[in-house]
Amino acid sequence: MIARTENARRAEGQVMLAHPVGLHARPAIKLTKLAKSFPATVRLRADPDAPWTDAKSIVKVMGLKVPQGAVLYFEAEGAEAKAAIAALVALVERDFEG
Amino acid sequence: MSTADGETGEIVFEGKVASPGLVTGVLAVQTQDRSPDRVSRPAGDERAALAAALAEATVQLQELAGRADAMASEILEFQIALLEDDALIEPALEKIDEGASAAEGWTAVLDAQIVDYETADSAYFRARSADLRDLKERVLRLLTGGDERRSGVPADSILVADDLTPSGFLEIDWTRVRGAAFLAGSPSSHVAMLARSRGVPLLVNLGVEIGPECDGEPAILDAVEGRLVARPGPSATAEYQARFAERAARTAEEAGYLGRPARTADGRPVSVMINVDDPALLEGADPGHCDGIGLARTEFLFLGEGALPDEETQVAVYGRLLDWAAGRPVTIRTLDAGGDKPVPGLTLIGETNPFLGFRGVRLSLARPDVFKVQLRALARAAARGPARIMLPMVTVPSEYAEARAILNQAVEELRSEGRPHALPALGMMVEVPAAALAIDRFDADFLSIGSNDLVQYVTATSRDDGRLVRLHDPLHPGVLELIERVVAHGRSRGIEVSLCGDMAADPAYLPGLLDTGLDRVSVSVAALARTKAAIARYGGGPGR
Repeated sequence: MIARTENARRAEGQVMLAHPVGLHARPAIKLTKLAKSFPATVRLRADPDAPWTDAKSIVKVMGLKVPQGAVLYFEAEGAEAKAAIAALVALVERDFEG
Repeated sequence: MSTADGETGEIVFEGKVASPGLVTGVLAVQTQDRSPDRVSRPAGDERAALAAALAEATVQLQELAGRADAMASEILEFQIALLEDDALIEPALEKIDEGASAAEGWTAVLDAQIVDYETADSAYFRARSADLRDLKERVLRLLTGGDERRSGVPADSILVADDLTPSGFLEIDWTRVRGAAFLAGSPSSHVAMLARSRGVPLLVNLGVEIGPECDGEPAILDAVEGRLVARPGPSATAEYQARFAERAARTAEEAGYLGRPARTADGRPVSVMINVDDPALLEGADPGHCDGIGLARTEFLFLGEGALPDEETQVAVYGRLLDWAAGRPVTIRTLDAGGDKPVPGLTLIGETNPFLGFRGVRLSLARPDVFKVQLRALARAAARGPARIMLPMVTVPSEYAEARAILNQAVEELRSEGRPHALPALGMMVEVPAAALAIDRFDADFLSIGSNDLVQYVTATSRDDGRLVRLHDPLHPGVLELIERVVAHGRSRGIEVSLCGDMAADPAYLPGLLDTGLDRVSVSVAALARTKAAIARYGGGPGR
């Protein structure tokens, strides 16, 4: 994972998705729930050139239909942005367990 | 049609028996509201209606999730998360502000999502379209208000509904509900088959309205004579009690045949096996009461579970069937999707005539990726017991040969991987008339006549159309001639022939089948005692 902070209210991170079916319903639910627990705006994309999408929306996250092996890019803006990115990257790294 | 007695308040509704039984209970009327079209309401009211329906749907889904298994709860959690998502709700509210009703707004937004999932590359994401469709319907039911939630059918009641889908039927706990009567429906539908296999009395095609005023009224469901008697008077009640006692005595008498091998009155042995759709039905069933599993359907594995089942999941399920049968043969049918059994992400949508379409082995051969996983799982399960593979809807010998080649490949792979496996016998269903007519061209290990589809195809009558019941006749000479032909072919070549349709479970049809020389049948667990008793009566005894 690479996580870097540009300033206190903005953070970015990326992580490879190892889950066998890709970003399917249960991981996607965990991801959106975790994103929603932070006050910051959290965005996600699976392609560095694609537009950002709302990581707190299950419709948007599932709509990406991310396959296994894809890289997930996160971006957060606002309060606790850095903590949000760290938590989300950690969730994907531990394969959504726990 | 219905007749009413002004004095006692008794009303008799006539219908067709889809699954036999005789019970009393309290009517639970859950028919659609047929009130005239909704008058348009201000957008504010529509917004409130949608919000209320979404909140209620969330409560329902949370309740379901609480008692669902892991697979089902994932789907339910996904649906709950969708209901909380502004990305779904906001566009629906915008439609309402533009003048749409709550139902129209919700439908438009969900339909767009459904199409998006249907066109996904991955089978897993394509299958999610079914979850969205299910969610759409649940909210629409709440919005139109005419359809109570099915899991809310009260205990000891007789459900009255317009008709049910197979999933709607399975949502109900039938150990608590006594039976059902549908205003529409047909005795040959998939739901009727589910009712028979679970011993749930079901009357269909009542063809009249049963209004909410009947809700909560006492009733007799006579799924023998084809009558639903609401508010029964003294004479109907007395008649019911006498017949109920008589049926109880007969059921006890028939149960006496369960533990014995089936034999006709003139001593001819007949193998009686069971049909299984959901392995859960085997709980409480005694393998000693049958000669094995003649038809294990595998569609349930591919329905409502999300992704297509992987090899390990399938090996475990097939192993469970073999363990239950304890050394008796278990014939497992490869996926028979299509027709009235769509599988999200696999079957085509919008076929003009699904029963004559891309279904059964036709679909499997077009999807060798999915088919080979199933064949590998079956070959692995065969290491644990006598598993046999049966192909549905075979029409020409080359289909059998292609399936055989894929099975051989699967077995070869397992051998090189060093996994325990065995080569199962590969048989075919005979349900396409052309295959029955040209049966001598096929080189299958065994044959099993699928009478439900055979009757439908030979008589050119849809299984699920109640108006065609008179023509949809299993005893049509054309049907019997084909069955006789297949039985004779099997006998001359020494190939085992069985029949695994509902025809064998009906004492009215069984003698006609035994007349053809057939000596192997497969019926639902609920029909086992009745079938064995009917066999014992054949050949000399009364009722022949």
